[in-house]
Amino acid sequence: MTVDAAHTVRRAALAAAIAAIAAAGCKTGGTSGPPIVQPGAPGQSTRVIDAKTASDLSKIQPTAADVQFMQGMIGHHAQALEMAALLPSRTSREEMKLLAKRIEISQADEIKMMQQWLRNHGAAAPPGDAHAHHGPLMPGMLTPEEMSRLAKAKGVEFDRLFLELMIKHHDGALVMVQQLFSTPGAGQESDIYAFASDVDADQRMEIDRMGAMLAQLTSR
Amino acid sequence: MRSVRFLSVAALMAFAIAGSAEERQTSARPDPRIGLKAGLKDAGQAARNLEVVATMWKPEGFFDPKLPAGEPTPPEKDPKEQEKEEAEAAKPDAKPDPRYANMLSFANSDLAFSGNHVFMGNFNGFNIYDISKPHKPKLVTSVVCPGGQGDLSIHGNILVMSVEQTRGRLDCGTQGVQATVSAERFRGVRIFDISDLKKPKQVAAVQTCRGSHTHTLVTSPADKENIYVYGSGTGTVRAGEELSICSGGDPKDNPNTALFSIDVIQIPIAAPEKARIVNRPRIFADPKTGAISGLWPGGTHGPGTQKTSVTNQCHDITVFPEIGLAAGACSGNGILLDISDPVKPVRLDHVDDKNFAYWHSATFNNDGTKVLYTDEWGGGTRPRCLATDNPAWGADAIFDIVDRKLKFGGYYKLPVAQTEQENCVAHNGSLIPVPGRDIMVQAWYQGGLSVFDFTDSAKPVEIAFFDRGPISAKELITGGYWSTYWYNGYIYGSEIARGIDVFKLTPSEFLSQNEIDAAAQVRSTVFNAQQQPRVAWPATTAVARAYLDQLTRSKSIQAERAAAVNTALERADKTRSNKDKQAAEVATQLDSLSVQLEADASAASGRDAARLRSLASTIKGRAANLR
Repeated sequence: MTVDAAHTVRRAALAAAIAAIAAAGCKTGGTSGPPIVQPGAPGQSTRVIDAKTASDLSKIQPTAADVQFMQGMIGHHAQALEMAALLPSRTSREEMKLLAKRIEISQADEIKMMQQWLRNHGAAAPPGDAHAHHGPLMPGMLTPEEMSRLAKAKGVEFDRLFLELMIKHHDGALVMVQQLFSTPGAGQESDIYAFASDVDADQRMEIDRMGAMLAQLTSR
Repeated sequence: MRSVRFLSVAALMAFAIAGSAEERQTSARPDPRIGLKAGLKDAGQAARNLEVVATMWKPEGFFDPKLPAGEPTPPEKDPKEQEKEEAEAAKPDAKPDPRYANMLSFANSDLAFSGNHVFMGNFNGFNIYDISKPHKPKLVTSVVCPGGQGDLSIHGNILVMSVEQTRGRLDCGTQGVQATVSAERFRGVRIFDISDLKKPKQVAAVQTCRGSHTHTLVTSPADKENIYVYGSGTGTVRAGEELSICSGGDPKDNPNTALFSIDVIQIPIAAPEKARIVNRPRIFADPKTGAISGLWPGGTHGPGTQKTSVTNQCHDITVFPEIGLAAGACSGNGILLDISDPVKPVRLDHVDDKNFAYWHSATFNNDGTKVLYTDEWGGGTRPRCLATDNPAWGADAIFDIVDRKLKFGGYYKLPVAQTEQENCVAHNGSLIPVPGRDIMVQAWYQGGLSVFDFTDSAKPVEIAFFDRGPISAKELITGGYWSTYWYNGYIYGSEIARGIDVFKLTPSEFLSQNEIDAAAQVRSTVFNAQQQPRVAWPATTAVARAYLDQLTRSKSIQAERAAAVNTALERADKTRSNKDKQAAEVATQLDSLSVQLEADASAASGRDAARLRSLASTIKGRAANLR
């Protein structure tokens, strides 16, 4: 055996020993890749964990409340679309028509996203035209009586009623978000956290905007 | 990234806007980014004027085990089989793939650099890679600490991380927090000691009311004991029962609302465990009335305009400590702050824009005379680079800083349309330090990355790009580049769903090899994209040649002068040190050219004059090195 070869053997043995030490610190015991570690609370020590623990989402799976939120919100959004559909034939104001168009586009887009989320998580996804009357009314949703009152209104009277009812409708969405986040364990999954946070921010803005439009209308 | 932000009247607008993304393709060559094959690991790729030097898949523990990650690239499919699959995928009622259900839980996010390492944030923690060999990045450590989005910054051995989700835990646990009010929950800014890269240790965790969506590390030339962090929270305000300083609501009803502020956190460098909030400044206040909600109220700017979010938060802030300025991208406005006293930022100016939905991030040019703001229309998870989209929406807006006020210059949007299966909008980028020009590399999610020149604020021009096909041909799976940043000669891309990519620029008619070399000569020991340093170039022949190339390109140097400079630079390259025989003679030659160039500069104006001057001083510096 040459000196070089001996050196190589020693190095190999050393590498094997290092790998064994690394593996011993690793719960899987099989791999010797770069360490996966999990820090502790501030001041606490950091520990080595395995890949399975690192990607463990078992406690972060959508809860029943998450699924119900998404399913309910589809119906909720569907009613907003139904309300918006009444608008073109009943108002003459351009601003109102634009508002309806915005609601239509944004809610339809979000419905698609919610359906995809539900299907990806193996839950039933209500259709995008889920009629409000078919399911239980979610917070803020119009009763059949309110809906028909709105359908019968015309002109400025319609505009005023539409804004009032849509504000109420959007307020309901805020209630839904608030209920979601105050249900233990809900709203933890990353996508639903992001979606619910955005519904909250967006609908608040719409409410402010519609409030201003309503004030303008009333001051005339 | 935000999930579903401000969808707007895209469809309405599409008819009204002339010059769609497709029409803007004026180049004779067809854009290779169109029609790329879909796939998570085997998507089609297109590159121009740059090359991929490395691609690394996400490490163990950072993808959903249901995903076919870590497997080798699937073999080529039988064409018939492929056709069948594609036909299946095209059906509108095709079933989404449950393997993609938890993509965001393991999304890669922002990057920070220190020495030979890049730190890549992830909604599940962060990963540290050794990039001593950029063509061969090596994973050093994976750190599990969920809570999203995982924005990172580094100062010495201190690493700062943003956490916003309600699942975030003080102890970095993966189990979330079941109780609605809990002392175990963590939303805010974590501080790690990274002196041992194999075992980063959490040393502090500063709780904030809205969590930390992003943050910015701020240093002050006047305060060497502390560093500061501007925490930008965009989430819902948590209950006062959980964190006593918090309450939400409209400022009319609650003057103490946690909305309409940012968090200023002080970190004593010698004792980071003592980090704490030292101010929550009302930077959106109306100076006349004192109302804290003094900026954009939310809504449209008139018929046919974008719907812009209300300014009750900043999404991100970029500081430029050397000039004492910060640019805030604050939901409904772009703002400019004086940060001479980092604890008390003072607003200098604000702008709004009828085409912006959500002011998202900001980048200064190296002179500190411009700010480029991005608009994250659609929140980063929606396809907002469709052929029918208004090209001024979801774009960058470039502003010149004139007398500490912002003056609009122009827009830049990824100049190629993407499909409905690709989330795409303006996102994070950094400058590429080419002397004499303002060049940036920017991430566009699944739109890929785009390198462009914005030296002329009104007319930005694309220089290079890289793009992959969508992750899936049938549905939109969130992915693409979160950030693409330049660091010491290479571009690093944080790919949300796939991993990390490293690129090298290649020369073209838009950018010469000398300019690329000059940029690569700028060496950094640390880089946080939101904490911009002022770059200074060494007096080298590469830097001189970069200026010379620019002057030649704009035809603003006489041919004889250019030839003389070239000859002198070649001679300088052949002179190894001041001990060489010809050193003194070369130095004299360079000096005399420098004087002539100064004279040329006096006769020129604008950008040309500045480049002539820079060339003169670089040559003079090179001469000095020969003495």
